[in-house]
Amino acid sequence: MEKSFTNKNDYWVANLKLVASLLLIWFFVSFGCGILFADYLDQFTFFGFKLGFWFAQQGSIYVFVILIFIYINRMKKLDQKFKNLSGKGN
Amino acid sequence: MSVQALTYIFVGITFALYITIAIRSRAGSTSEFYIAGKGVNPIANGMATAADWMSAASFISMAGLISFLGRDGSVYLMGWTGGYVLLALLLAPYLRKFGQFTVPDFIGTRYYSSLARLVAVICLIIVSFTYVAGQMRGVGIVFSRFLEVDINTGVIIGMGIVFFYAVLGGMKGITYTQVAQYCVLIFAYLVPAVFISILITGNPIPQLGFGDQLVDEPTYLLNKLDGVMTDLGFNAYTSGFKETIDVFCITAALMLGTAGLPHVIVRFFTVPDVAAARKSAGYALIFIAILYTTAPAVASFARINLFESTHNVSYTAAPEWFKNWEGIGLIAWQDKNQDGKIQHAPGNAFEPVKPIFTGKFGDQGERAIDNKNNSESNNEVYIDRDIIVLANPEIANLPPWVIALVAAGALAAALSTAAGLLLVISSAVSHDLIKKTFATNISEKQELAYARISVFVAVVIAGLFGIYPPAFVAQVVAFAFGLAAATLFPAILMGIFSKSMNKEGAITGMLVGLIFTFSYILFFKFINPELNSKDYWLWGISPEGIGFIGMILNLFSATLVASLTAKTPADVKEMVDNIRQP
Repeated sequence: MEKSFTNKNDYWVANLKLVASLLLIWFFVSFGCGILFADYLDQFTFFGFKLGFWFAQQGSIYVFVILIFIYINRMKKLDQKFKNLSGKGN
Repeated sequence: MSVQALTYIFVGITFALYITIAIRSRAGSTSEFYIAGKGVNPIANGMATAADWMSAASFISMAGLISFLGRDGSVYLMGWTGGYVLLALLLAPYLRKFGQFTVPDFIGTRYYSSLARLVAVICLIIVSFTYVAGQMRGVGIVFSRFLEVDINTGVIIGMGIVFFYAVLGGMKGITYTQVAQYCVLIFAYLVPAVFISILITGNPIPQLGFGDQLVDEPTYLLNKLDGVMTDLGFNAYTSGFKETIDVFCITAALMLGTAGLPHVIVRFFTVPDVAAARKSAGYALIFIAILYTTAPAVASFARINLFESTHNVSYTAAPEWFKNWEGIGLIAWQDKNQDGKIQHAPGNAFEPVKPIFTGKFGDQGERAIDNKNNSESNNEVYIDRDIIVLANPEIANLPPWVIALVAAGALAAALSTAAGLLLVISSAVSHDLIKKTFATNISEKQELAYARISVFVAVVIAGLFGIYPPAFVAQVVAFAFGLAAATLFPAILMGIFSKSMNKEGAITGMLVGLIFTFSYILFFKFINPELNSKDYWLWGISPEGIGFIGMILNLFSATLVASLTAKTPADVKEMVDNIRQP
């Protein structure tokens, strides 16, 4: 990933950015595809499901799981960079 | 072997397993009792969280609700899973870093106030007891239908088991029994779902099966279901009919409420470190998603089976399950058009909705009822939604051992959740009320004794809820999620993400959220239930969804008050900095 942190605040800012972008996707698949645009998406078919119905009853849940695992992996890297920072005695 | 004998065997084996685990994991310290000594492996904690979370409502009621609501039922699917994303990203890692025993502990310490702690304890107790009452009803239904024992005896047996492992093992005992209970409940949920999926669509994966074509005709299952339902005058299964704003708010309230439920949050206190807390949230959601993606498939299979096996069928020729469930009062039939056949149609069959049996029998041998006919509907059948999952294997003619398995699974779901709830109630009492507020000088040993006594009292109260079920159980589920969303969730969230949030702000916010949400639900569910329709709701938002508005009011009033009152002390800001680091 990008350059290393210069202070502890960088860790927090990077964390907030990551959380904000993941929550944007979270909102989009559930409240967006599953509720607000569900009727529109229903005109498309996906494995025998109307697409909006599929997002509401299946798709959103799969995406939720993926989002948490992306978060776990990215945070692992951020934690490592934070550790390097603390090791340097900043 | 008969279904009943098999059920006794399955339930007996699983109960013996839970007790064995409890004896092997006794708690010796308060840390072990409250948070399992912080030594739980993240994957095991994921399973325990899943069992803790998936209650009688998820196992027994949810597929039934979706079955009758169609796409509008998705609020439960998205609401009860989406909350885990919030929990994993916004709360769990930081609360684990904070590293104390209970949720009120965090709120009391972060807002340097025993009043804040007390408000949190009150919210926690209301939320958790509401929830426990529902579990006891689930235990009662399973015992009375499958073991044909008296409901009271069933509740007492269930309570005895929970009492045994919760008092003995505390969180440590509960954690490992929950791991076992997860395995039992998920197996019991999947087996009939896979069987039915194969029978109806030939596809062994239910998640794909309900989008597949039927075995006996080249039509997609959901299209067929939509067709059957619109022919009978129902709304199409795959279309939404609730107001979008209401669906939006209910989903949001369920998500925020899930993330704010104390018995779920506390599970993340039991793992060794922050990284493990994140990981176990991920595993928990995988384990939950296995059931939650199967449920909508079960719902659509059950709906189509229900029509095909009973619509326009003579009562005398009705399948055996129909009469079994009628026998315990969860199905009722009244032959409105006097043709001797069962007919389904939109609307409630009679007034009031639930049957009042006269004790006599009608012309066809059905249990006669005292209710008034609802002349606006041709519907002749009352079906309690809770029976869909339990009756599904019988409706699909599956072998008796599958039916017995489902009974054991439903008990695992209800007992695991009840145990988790009883533990957070008792730790809030022994730790937050006794140790931290009223008798701060007691020793650890005394605190542990108080913790065990509190579990005992909580078990007895929960048992009474099961034996004398308050008529309002179904009505108050909205309370649990709405209140958690409007009080605990925002207080914890601001505690982590806003250093400028002070005690005055947080307490105001919690009280505003509590009073607003509580009164709104009270007004529409209890004071004026006849006004409970979208014409009278605030912006068309039902009591189920109002917790979302409560949360916004909480955030808004808290921020306003915090900006007008004294700043957060420096040592508290330092503590917040500390929990933000891994």
